[in-house]
Amino acid sequence: MAQREVKLCLLGDSGVGKSSIVVRFVTDTFRQSLESTIGASFMTKRLNVDGTTYVFQIWDTAGQEKYRSLAPMYYRGSAAAIIVYDVTRETSFQSVKMWIQELKKNGSPNIVLAIAGNKNDLDDLREIDQKDAKEYADQIGAIFVETSALTALNVPELFMSIAKKLPSEDPFGGRTFDRKTINVRRSQAEKSSSSCCGGSQS
Amino acid sequence: MAEAKEADRLPDHVDHYESSDQGDFNENEAPGDSHEKILIASDSYEDLNYDDIAVSSFGKPYSGSIIDIVRHNSCSDEKEADASSLNLINESSAESSNEDQNEGQVKDLSADKVPEDVGEGMKLEIRENEDFGPEWRQKKKHLFIFSSAGKPIYSRHGSEDKLVTIMGVMQALVSFVQVSGDNMRCIIAGDHKFIFLNRDQIVLVGVSSAGDSSTQIVLQLSYVYNQIISVLTYTSLHKIFKQRRNYDLRRLLSGAEKFIDNLVNMMDTEPGFLLGAIRCLPLDAPVREMIEQTIVLNAKVKDLVFAVMLANNQLISLVRMKKYFLSAMDLHLIINLVNASESFKTAESWTPICLPKFDSSGFLQAHISYLDENSQTCLLLLSVDREAFFTLSECKNKIQERLLKYNSLRAISDSLATTSYSIQQCGITDLRHFLYKSKSIAQYTSPELEAPYLTPADQERLFGLYHYLHHRIHSPARPLKILYYVGEQETLLGWMTQGFELYTVFGPLVTKTNAIHAINKLLRWIKKEEDQLFILNSVTF
Repeated sequence: MAQREVKLCLLGDSGVGKSSIVVRFVTDTFRQSLESTIGASFMTKRLNVDGTTYVFQIWDTAGQEKYRSLAPMYYRGSAAAIIVYDVTRETSFQSVKMWIQELKKNGSPNIVLAIAGNKNDLDDLREIDQKDAKEYADQIGAIFVETSALTALNVPELFMSIAKKLPSEDPFGGRTFDRKTINVRRSQAEKSSSSCCGGSQS
Repeated sequence: MAEAKEADRLPDHVDHYESSDQGDFNENEAPGDSHEKILIASDSYEDLNYDDIAVSSFGKPYSGSIIDIVRHNSCSDEKEADASSLNLINESSAESSNEDQNEGQVKDLSADKVPEDVGEGMKLEIRENEDFGPEWRQKKKHLFIFSSAGKPIYSRHGSEDKLVTIMGVMQALVSFVQVSGDNMRCIIAGDHKFIFLNRDQIVLVGVSSAGDSSTQIVLQLSYVYNQIISVLTYTSLHKIFKQRRNYDLRRLLSGAEKFIDNLVNMMDTEPGFLLGAIRCLPLDAPVREMIEQTIVLNAKVKDLVFAVMLANNQLISLVRMKKYFLSAMDLHLIINLVNASESFKTAESWTPICLPKFDSSGFLQAHISYLDENSQTCLLLLSVDREAFFTLSECKNKIQERLLKYNSLRAISDSLATTSYSIQQCGITDLRHFLYKSKSIAQYTSPELEAPYLTPADQERLFGLYHYLHHRIHSPARPLKILYYVGEQETLLGWMTQGFELYTVFGPLVTKTNAIHAINKLLRWIKKEEDQLFILNSVTF
């Protein structure tokens, strides 16, 4: 089965639920009081979409202002970025726009952008209308979903739609990775088959 | 009789002491002494005080075995002049002759009474803050941080927003004194001490009624200041306030309050901060060597400066780049970082950290991960390369694999299962607890807290006793070499030499002779166990 490595990072204000989304996606669990991330943390997760195994290498960055200057380190090599906001906090949506601008300017040109409005379960406290956010996302050509790390709503779907939207021929990460694995396997297979066949036949 | 028996039990390598009549431990034979530089001891405690507080220098420190020193002192008891030139106070001291004149007279310094009426200064300020009720007022230790423009940055208890008036008052005091070209340092009001530490653009104020000395509070404030530097770097802190004097630093520190909270809480219970020393996880020497070698072999990558392995706030191993050294104070901040954060347990992390003693101008990048499933053993790889994450992640995997293969992680968790060692193991009756610090390696050891120090209140009291002993021995006005102190519930004996500091707590009925025998025996025991208790070799990449 084809395998593809996807570097991905999550950006957004502090406390919008970036880590919760990642933890929900990777381990399918939810913790009510997750600590704020320090610096950034790294996790991987495999996901099968249409016969291809995507290995997501996820950089979950810290949202606090003091880590702001580190962000380029994470999004620079990324094939995709998820910008998360909190549907109950207007300011966090304003930050989304700022992140999009920064990514358009400094990110890789083919980067797949996704906007996730998290905490969808807190509908009573909603400050951001789903329609407005969707409109904005369409306008910049980003994937848009509302998620809830608490109820798991749309979390796997978010990553699936990113996988589907990745450029099919990834000239960098994907191909080199494929070749490497194939090479290793092929050489092993060749070796074992040749020695085995040779040995038995001669 | 007892002496002869002790001498019989001497371990081989101190055989030559058998010849001495008492089997005394010579102070020059400090257990856990090493010529190799493992950790840099933090700034000397005495220097920590404001620069210009003169540390009055006494005559040449008298050294030898403890018996000799005590004897010498007893002989010269009548000759006051002599005694003071010895830098040594046995029973009575000028400043507190009333409290420990003799063994029979007792002052209960440990009495744990909550002050019913708060110091005058406190009352004054609190009147302005009706929000803060008696509970807030009765907290034994407060910490306030504000900028030199008077903007609140942090308060240990209560929200700093509501404390803006109190901080305003403090700020006013600080600048009022500053105008006359002086520096605000300390206000003492009843049981309360208000200690001010004015560092560049921020002012830290520690308020304590817990009995710690001014210098000890200054030390605590310095730790907190360094914690802030660790998050921001000195350079950026300086730059921010240079650009905008009234900047609200809370913006940049948001999320870092928990490090300060955790640090001040740890300082209330961990003697390492007071001693400026690190506690090592007791491990058999071959096991530790195996771990060190594993790290050296598998993490030999460019730009990796330090590799630190920790478990339960104790150091397992430290491997460093040849030219660079880690100071104990910086290691305390690293321990605090790990101790304060749950988030490292979920995934590998990559986080910037500034080590103020190492370099206060920039960040190191730390790869932080736990090696076992129970999240006990934490490995930190500190590099100067911001892009090294994947390289270091690979190193970590290799280290983890090899440690699993050779059962080292098992050895670590076995050692952790028993918090430390029992005082019983030292085989000394009447000795309840002790702290031993080897100065050359900046490491300390102490047994588990056992009865009668099982409740938090009793532990706090014990810690208070150590603070007292430490303060008296390190008193800037009159530093001591030995202090024998009889309290109501315990007898304390502290001994400071070139090589070590020893603080012991005995039952109240111990005699002076027995206590001295006991610490000789204890020092020999520590010497025998030093390979387990301390890291004596400096390992480099």
